[in-house]
Order: sequence, then structure tokens, then C-alpha cells
Amino acid sequence: MFLQQTSPHLKQAVNVSDIMRGVNLALLPGIAIMTWLYGWGVLHNLLLCIVFALFFEIIMLKLRQRPVSPYISDYSAVLTAALLALSLPSLAPWWLSLIGAFFAIVVTKHLYGGLGYNVFNPAMVAYAMLLIAFPEQMSALWQQPLSEINSINWDLWQSLSYQWTGVLPPAISLDALTAATPLDAVRTGIASSAASISEMQQQQIFGYFGGHTVEWINLGFLAGGLWLIYKKYISWHIPLAFIASLFLCALILGSAVDPDRYPSPFFHLFSGATMLGAFFIATDPVTSATTNRGKLIFGAGCGVLVYIIRTWGGYPDAVAFAVILMNISVPLLDYYTQPRVYGHKLNSQGKVDD
Amino acid sequence: MTALTKQLSDLFSFHGGIKVDSHKRHDAAKIQSMPVPERLFLPLTQHIGQPSIAVVNVGDQVFKGQVIADLDEHPVSARIHAPTSGVIESIEDHEVPHPSGLRGPCIVIRSDGMDTWMDHNGAKDPAALNSREILTYIENAGIVGLGGAVFPTAVKLDNHHGIRIDTLIINGAECEPYISCDEALMTERAAEVVLGARLIQRVLNATHCIIALEDDIPQAYTSLQQAVKNYNDEHIAVIQVPELYPSGSEKQLITLLTGKEVPAGKIPANIGISCVNVGTAAAVYRAVHFGEPLLSRIVTAAGDAVSKPGNYEVLIGTPVADFLSHCGLGDQRLERLIMGGPMMGFTLQTMDIPIIKATNSLLATAPMELDRLDAAMPCIRCGRCADSCPMNLLPQQMYWYARARDFEKIEQYHIFDCIECGCCSYVCPSNIALVQYYRFAKSEIRDKQRSKIKSDIARERHELREQRLEKIKAEKAEKRKHMQARKKAPSNKPSDSTDNEDPIRAALKRVQEKKAKQKNQDPADKS
Repeated sequence: MFLQQTSPHLKQAVNVSDIMRGVNLALLPGIAIMTWLYGWGVLHNLLLCIVFALFFEIIMLKLRQRPVSPYISDYSAVLTAALLALSLPSLAPWWLSLIGAFFAIVVTKHLYGGLGYNVFNPAMVAYAMLLIAFPEQMSALWQQPLSEINSINWDLWQSLSYQWTGVLPPAISLDALTAATPLDAVRTGIASSAASISEMQQQQIFGYFGGHTVEWINLGFLAGGLWLIYKKYISWHIPLAFIASLFLCALILGSAVDPDRYPSPFFHLFSGATMLGAFFIATDPVTSATTNRGKLIFGAGCGVLVYIIRTWGGYPDAVAFAVILMNISVPLLDYYTQPRVYGHKLNSQGKVDD
Repeated sequence: MTALTKQLSDLFSFHGGIKVDSHKRHDAAKIQSMPVPERLFLPLTQHIGQPSIAVVNVGDQVFKGQVIADLDEHPVSARIHAPTSGVIESIEDHEVPHPSGLRGPCIVIRSDGMDTWMDHNGAKDPAALNSREILTYIENAGIVGLGGAVFPTAVKLDNHHGIRIDTLIINGAECEPYISCDEALMTERAAEVVLGARLIQRVLNATHCIIALEDDIPQAYTSLQQAVKNYNDEHIAVIQVPELYPSGSEKQLITLLTGKEVPAGKIPANIGISCVNVGTAAAVYRAVHFGEPLLSRIVTAAGDAVSKPGNYEVLIGTPVADFLSHCGLGDQRLERLIMGGPMMGFTLQTMDIPIIKATNSLLATAPMELDRLDAAMPCIRCGRCADSCPMNLLPQQMYWYARARDFEKIEQYHIFDCIECGCCSYVCPSNIALVQYYRFAKSEIRDKQRSKIKSDIARERHELREQRLEKIKAEKAEKRKHMQARKKAPSNKPSDSTDNEDPIRAALKRVQEKKAKQKNQDPADKS
């Protein structure tokens, strides 16, 4: 008796682990720049989130009676953890990582059926939950770049001890360590009508082409994202539509309507989580549209929502909310954007009418 | 380059497709012959349509080329001939090539080793034959589509309901990895292909004829071009298409060459195109020029388990075991035995199975040579399947609904347009055997349709019966009324008899009276 197997008998070598590992690797340039700019807290958050996420993943797999090793080795929990960690302020207390990982892995992923079945992006739901439940910790602990606080001796030990105990060394005050993010500064500045864009130029809000210092982080994620497209781990549709729509919104309001109230398109593209969102978060295949036209609409929707929420909403950045809102519309998008199947809707000549 | 070639050299493209290592041994293009095996097993079903009907009996002596199974009355059927001379040993059920390892009726011939031909003659002047005469030669030769579809060629070329065929495509695009039987044919017997193509073109009265092949077999291309040049035929173009699986699939090849699509649920003839395999064309040539029926075909032997891989001219009915041992099969290395190619072929359970008209390849692979299906992971909706689908379907959606057994929904996603080429399964990073899900869904839907048709017929019958009964009842009532009317009519007249009461009613009355009397007496009896 010979081996019985259904066709095809050939298989492309790429599997889910390869894809997830590729996406994790593509995060590295951005992570490196973030760590360079903000110090050990970034890596510490990453480590905590990954450990907690894997812990919950194993528990849930056991509870759901799934084989642990193939599911752990698919790197999807690691990716979720990484995206969550990169969304946390670098001074975040350790329990934010714990609660976030719990909400991402247990509630958003496994309670919805596990890998492939979750409706919402786990990392983004966890982030949104943390932002709503712990607004102070999530928004007031954004650190200044190390280069601007070099008067303070902020080393690994001090960083660790603050994240675990919440106690700062007596010589250091929290105000000296933290600062509003560029997006936050612009939003509050404009909301209170205290300052116009040109007046804000004086403060450290704008960098060379985007937000002050965060522009470099965005550049890192852009590089990783382009590599993902080059390696075909993601398709170009969602990132392009995301960035293009955000750019267009900012262009129309920023240059045509009132350049003094609305920052330039490049500020939007290179601030906050734009590049991370466009290439790594919105492209999560499980929770985004699957048809190519659906992907374009999905990406464009994310971009527009990001702009709307950043400009008129209650939160400085908006990637999480934009992605979650678009996640809801995925079944609808997939249904209404089905491609024309071969041999359908032809004229009598057997050709497609344009 | 002829004007036609120039006009056609701008190719179109189809959606999706995959680049896959061809594993072809272009050096093995030489066609080797194989000795006549001891026994030949000829299934009565080697074609699409009705099984042929055996016209020989056990013990009969048959000659090479003699008809042993004839056409069924059904319009779609094909003759089967004795591939060699010998004795009919039995007519019985035997394993036949089928994905589920089914058995079917076979004629078993014990070869006498003489290989004696019966009388056979080709047309004296093939160029003078008309369309009908060529078709008769094709029908008599039992030719079916050798590309895999095995549809009776005479029926295919004859039956166009008055639609004009403009373009004939001779399909030499052998896109399945490992298989090179068509390549060998085109390289070594290019003239047969070209002359066969001309005959078919004449049958169809087609304006253009395109011989299409993939661009990775330059030798075959050169041979064909040379052959076309020799016959100085301006209406035949040899066109290379990119090596991309599944460019040899009829629908995809038509799109590549013409930019047209075969409408869903229709055949190429509906858009004025006919597509015939190169092997079929060569068989037509041999049938018309020499009167030779389809007795053999070229079969590729491939895989690391055979030491003499290559292309062999094999008699139809040759057992796989005989064929593979001739190709140097080392049993201990054989892990998987596939009839057909690795993308669409099916695994065999036994070597005790005959090579039939549809068999283009036997792939005998050693362990680790082909991929094993790992445990499937959940679908992550990455969409690679959709990107690779040459029919532009949404495989991951169909998978979802097949799993949920939501067959109504899966039909809305056009599952019946799926050609089961396997591209989606090939690219799936979650190792899901997608095609298997579609086969399952299709057969479930077909089953449901069949039982629906059955119950529809039953209901219709029931309704007709009810109507019939109703009608009979009405007729009876009508008759009765009529009778009564007729009886009443005389009573209206001055009656000649006062005692014209209905005799039945009178009898009933008498019975009732009698019963009443008895009833009255009963209690008295008991007391």
C-alpha cells in the first residue's frame, strides 16, 4: 500500500510561522530606533508583553485543548505582544502589560475562537481598553527623548525600578522625564485655540519632516514595512490606501483650508503610530478585508478615520480606534467587493465590457 | 514568421497562477517503445459519456486494431479496440484508474505475442476528404481527448449547434510538473501534430489554428515551426506561452491566446473556439492517414523510484506494474504512486491497474521527494489563495462555507467554476487541503441536486396521478349525471308504468326494512 494523499502533492514552503516571523523581524528597525531614543523602557515593555502573552496563550490553548507547540511556534502571540508593547508609553507600569496581554490574548483572540477567528485586532483592542480604563498611565507617561533629558542620569536600573515600583529616585521628577507627544501638543494647542501652527513651530513639536523625534521611529517602521511588501508577506493595498488617504485629508485641510490650524500631511504621516498602523496593524490578515478592492477601502477607511479622530476626536492618536472601527466593516467589505469570477459578466464575444 | 503568428504573438494574461519548479527532464524527450505485456485490461469506460458495449466473448481470438467494445446508443461514447492480438480471457470487474480506487467492467486480453494487425487502411487521398468523412475516421478510431478530459473527439468536433468555430487551438502547453509526454510528441513527431491539426481545422472549417506550448521547451518549438514551414501552411501559428501553472488549462490557455473568456457553464465553442490536445491531433493524423485506431499513447514515467524515467509509447490497457517494472521501479524506494501530475493527479492504492487513454503520466516517488500534507493550521485569511486562483475565485471564503456546510452560500461564490487546479492549496501557508473541501462541497451539492430531481420527479408523478384520478372521478360523475338525466327524462313524460322506482334503491330499502325488523327482535331473543 502506497501513501495516499489528496492533490496537490507539491507545496510552497512558506507557512504561517514564516509570515509571522517575517512581520516580527520587520519591526526591528523601528524598535531599535525607539530604544535608542527612549531607552530601556521600550525593551522592557516588549519583554513583559511577550512573556505575559505567551503565558496566556499557553493557558488558553490548554483550556481549549489545542496542541500547544504548533500554535506557539506560529509567532502570532509574539506579534500581538510586540504591537501592544510598542503602543505603551516607555514608562508604563508593569501591570499595564499584564492587563493588556490578558485582554489581547484571552478576551480578543481566544474567546473569539483563536487564531484566524478573532474579529478585532487583539493588540489594538487591548490598547483601546487600557487607554479608556487607565487614561492617566497611558497618556502621561510618554517619556522625553533621552537626548533632551541628558541632565538626568536615567539608566536601566532606574527605568526598571520605576516600572515595577512606581518610585522615582528623589532627584528626578516625573515632569522632567515626560512630555506631551507631538500629536497631543498639536491637538491641545489647537483645541484651546491657544496657538496656531506657526506659533507652535517654536516649541519642540515639529521635527525635520514629521513629529519631533517620532519621525525617526516612523521612518524605521516604514523601512520594515517596505521590506514586508518586497518579501510579499503583506500586500501593498492596505498600507498604500491608508497612507494616501491620510495624506489627502491632511493635504486638503492643511494646505487648502487653513494651514495655520491643520498640520501638514507629512506631520501626520510621520507622527504617532501612522507607519506602525499602516504596515503592521491594519495589515493583520485575520481582521482586515481579504479581497484586493476590500483592502483598498479598508486601508482608506483607516486613514480617513485616523485623520478625523486626530483632528476632531477626543484622543491624540487614533490608529487603534480607526482599525477597530474598520474591523467591524470587514464582512460587509468582503461581501460587496468580490472580484469578477472568470467567465462571468462577459459580452457575447467572451470578453469583458469595460 | 507568418502574418498570423505576428498577429497572435501579443499574449494576454489570466489572473493568478503559480510558478512551480517543473521537474521536467527535457533530455528524456525521446519516445521509447515498450514490449507488449502478457495481459491487457481494457475498461469499458475510458471516456466521458456512456460506457462502450463489449462486442466480443470470452475465448474469442482478436487481432490488433479490432473493435472489442462498440458505441452505446447514447450520443456520447467511444469505441475501444484490441491493442494487440490475442484471446479474450475474461470480461469482468477489475480495478480501474479512479481517485477512490473503484472497480469497473474490463475486457481482459491475453496477448499471443504475435501482435498481428487486422486489415486497416487509411484514406488514399486524405486531402480530398470532406468534414464528414474525416469525422468517420475519427469515430472509427475511438479517439478521445488525450489531454485528460477524454471527451470523444468525433462528438466534440461534430456538435456545435451551428456555432461557427473561428479558432482551433492545439494545446501543447503541458503545465503540470514532471509530465513531458506532449513535449516528447511535439519534439519527435511534430509533423504528425501539424498534419493532425490541419485535418481537425478542416473538420471545423476554422480560420485560424494555433499550436500553443510553454516557452521552456525550445526543442519542441523548433520542431513544430519546422513542420509548419515544411507544409507551408499560413493558417497555422506556433505560439509560446509563459511557463506558468496552469497555462495549459483550456480556459486559461484560451484567455492567454485570445483575451476571451469561456462564459461560465459554457464550452469554448460558444465563443467560436475549439481546443484540442496535441496528442489527440497526432492520433487523428494516424487514424486518417493509416486507419490506425487509438491503441497506444505516450506516457511519462517520472519520480526517483524509477531508474529509467522517460517517455514511453504504451499500449492502452497495460498494467501499471508491467509499465513501471519496465521503467526500472525499485520497490523499496516507492513511497507514493500518482497517476497524472503532482498538482492534479491522484494517488493509486495498487499497481494492478491499467493505463488508459487518459493516462499521461505515472509518478513513482521516493520518500521526501514530494511534500507531505502537514497538519492544517487555521486559515488566517491572508488571501494568497485568492491571488493565485486562475479563475479569480475567493478560495478562503469557499473554504469557510464548505466547513460550515453552507452549500447555498458556497454556490453564490461560484464553486462550480473551480477547476481544481490546486494553486490555492499549493500556496496556502496554513497547509489547508482547500481543493479537497471544494470536491466535498461539489459532490454534496450534486447529491442534493440529484435527490431533489428524484423527489421532483416523484412529486410530479404524484401530482399527475392525483390529476388523473380527479379527472376519472369527474368523468364518472359526469357520466352518472348524464345517465340520471337520461333516466329522469322519460319519467317526465307520461309514464307507462307506476312502478318505475330504481331497482337498487328498492332493494336497499328492503334490506333496511329487514334489518330494522331483526333489531327489534334481538332484545327479545336475549331476554
